[in-house]
Amino acid sequence: MTEQAYNFAYLDEQTKRMIRRAILKGLAIPGYQVPFASREMPMPYGWGTGGVQVSAAVLCPEDRMKVIDQGADDTTNAVSIRSFFERTAGVETTTSTAEASVIQTRHRVPEMALSEGQILVYQVPIPEPLRFLEPRESETRKMHSLEEYGLMHVKLYEDIARHGHIATAYAYPVKVEGRYVMDPSPIPKFDNPKLSDCAAIQLFGAGREQRIYALPPYTSVVSLDFEDHPFEASKPDHPCGLCGAEDSYLDEVIMDDAGGRMFVCSDTDFCEARRLAGHKGKDAA
Amino acid sequence: MTDQPLLSVRNISRHYGAHIGCEDVSFDLYPGEVMGIVGESGSGKSTLLNCMAGHLTPDRGQVVFDTRADGPRDTVTMSEPERRMLSRTDWAFVHQHARDGLRMGVSAGGNVGERLMAVGARNYGDIRTKATDWLGRVEIDATRIDDRPSTFSGGMQQRLQIARNLVTGPRLVFMDEPTGGLDVSVQARLLDLLRGLVRDMGLSAVIVTHDLAVVRLLADRLMVMKSGRVVEQGLTDQVLDDPQHGYTQLLVSSVLQV
Repeated sequence: MTEQAYNFAYLDEQTKRMIRRAILKGLAIPGYQVPFASREMPMPYGWGTGGVQVSAAVLCPEDRMKVIDQGADDTTNAVSIRSFFERTAGVETTTSTAEASVIQTRHRVPEMALSEGQILVYQVPIPEPLRFLEPRESETRKMHSLEEYGLMHVKLYEDIARHGHIATAYAYPVKVEGRYVMDPSPIPKFDNPKLSDCAAIQLFGAGREQRIYALPPYTSVVSLDFEDHPFEASKPDHPCGLCGAEDSYLDEVIMDDAGGRMFVCSDTDFCEARRLAGHKGKDAA
Repeated sequence: MTDQPLLSVRNISRHYGAHIGCEDVSFDLYPGEVMGIVGESGSGKSTLLNCMAGHLTPDRGQVVFDTRADGPRDTVTMSEPERRMLSRTDWAFVHQHARDGLRMGVSAGGNVGERLMAVGARNYGDIRTKATDWLGRVEIDATRIDDRPSTFSGGMQQRLQIARNLVTGPRLVFMDEPTGGLDVSVQARLLDLLRGLVRDMGLSAVIVTHDLAVVRLLADRLMVMKSGRVVEQGLTDQVLDDPQHGYTQLLVSSVLQV
């Protein structure tokens, strides 16, 4: 049921137009952070205000929406954003990756390969990959415009010097189409390869930082690395305890206070679909 | 030494509103030569240095640098990416305070490696080897390579800053009071080190200082500035031993004798 006090998808049409413009510019310059006038949303910063605004701007009444939070469809953030759009846009929602046309995500890329026509919207806390290395915004913008990305490798160098390997496990910096260095939002680096050559449109919204950036379909996205320390998409070395999948990203769940733990797929939809298809892990009841 | 000057400064002027920063300064710097600029605080030494290094835009004048690729180019009118490329490769800038020139949150090795990575080095092992080599050259123990500069003493920080700047083999070094704030024995070692590096690498350098002992040791030629203008220039020993201008005489006679 749509509450009539709201415009379709909560935002007013002028705002949506402004955001769509920013999205189009972002798609035209893959990886470039487009500033936009982020609005106050009825949720706190850090809960996906950027993603929600981007979703609101791209939603059509005939869309089917899926929201995932750390891979799961049933956590607080995912449930509340899904019901937000059910109420304000009246769109159909789903938990199935294949059936969704717009997927808003926090911290994960679905395991299932996305297809053309789908839109993946990321919630981004800090869009600037150089932020913790160079605090001045004026300077980071200049570095982007002049393609001075040596500093990004200094961070990776520090990782190796300190830990013996590149210890950055999430928000792993990538280079888009050989030009812009981009923060892929805090997805695990396991998901980085899925960004490249993806059939779906990928949009990134940072509400507090007021930035939108985008990857059009089939964009080349390369994770930064050193010749002698190549990028590695790592994940826990276990199969899923419920569905037995060997190739999906896993969450570690503490079972008791005696050291018991189990690894389960972080993508709940993927795991459920596999269990329905008859796959069974060692911890499945 | 070739006939072509490496750096040729022509009529550089920079004003801060009605105040004169520096006025109508010209000189040539030849390869392998060290130029000292002395003068009291506020005489425009740092303004001049910053104009030459591209940190400030001069109001008038030219700074012609003999680039490797295209020969003499005016760095004032050259595009910003080109100028920044120069300052990463052929130029080096040593700040008075090491904290201004170092990344305090990044290890010593990372600090030295930054310029290498900025010009495209992508092999961790090579970068590490070079960083170790340079730490050795500036007399920093190789075991400190993964320590942050904030754990270093003032003298070590200054030496680290020098290593970080010289790692890409620049041809021209700008130094702004490189020994300021260091005690005399540390100063002496740093000067010794600098002198060795300048001679070994055939560097050209412009050193701004108010310490006459520093220029006596390092500089081949000397320029004395007062109120933004150059009042006297010549060979270092000549200027210091036989000062002609009244201000230079005052400056030389003000040095405390021990």
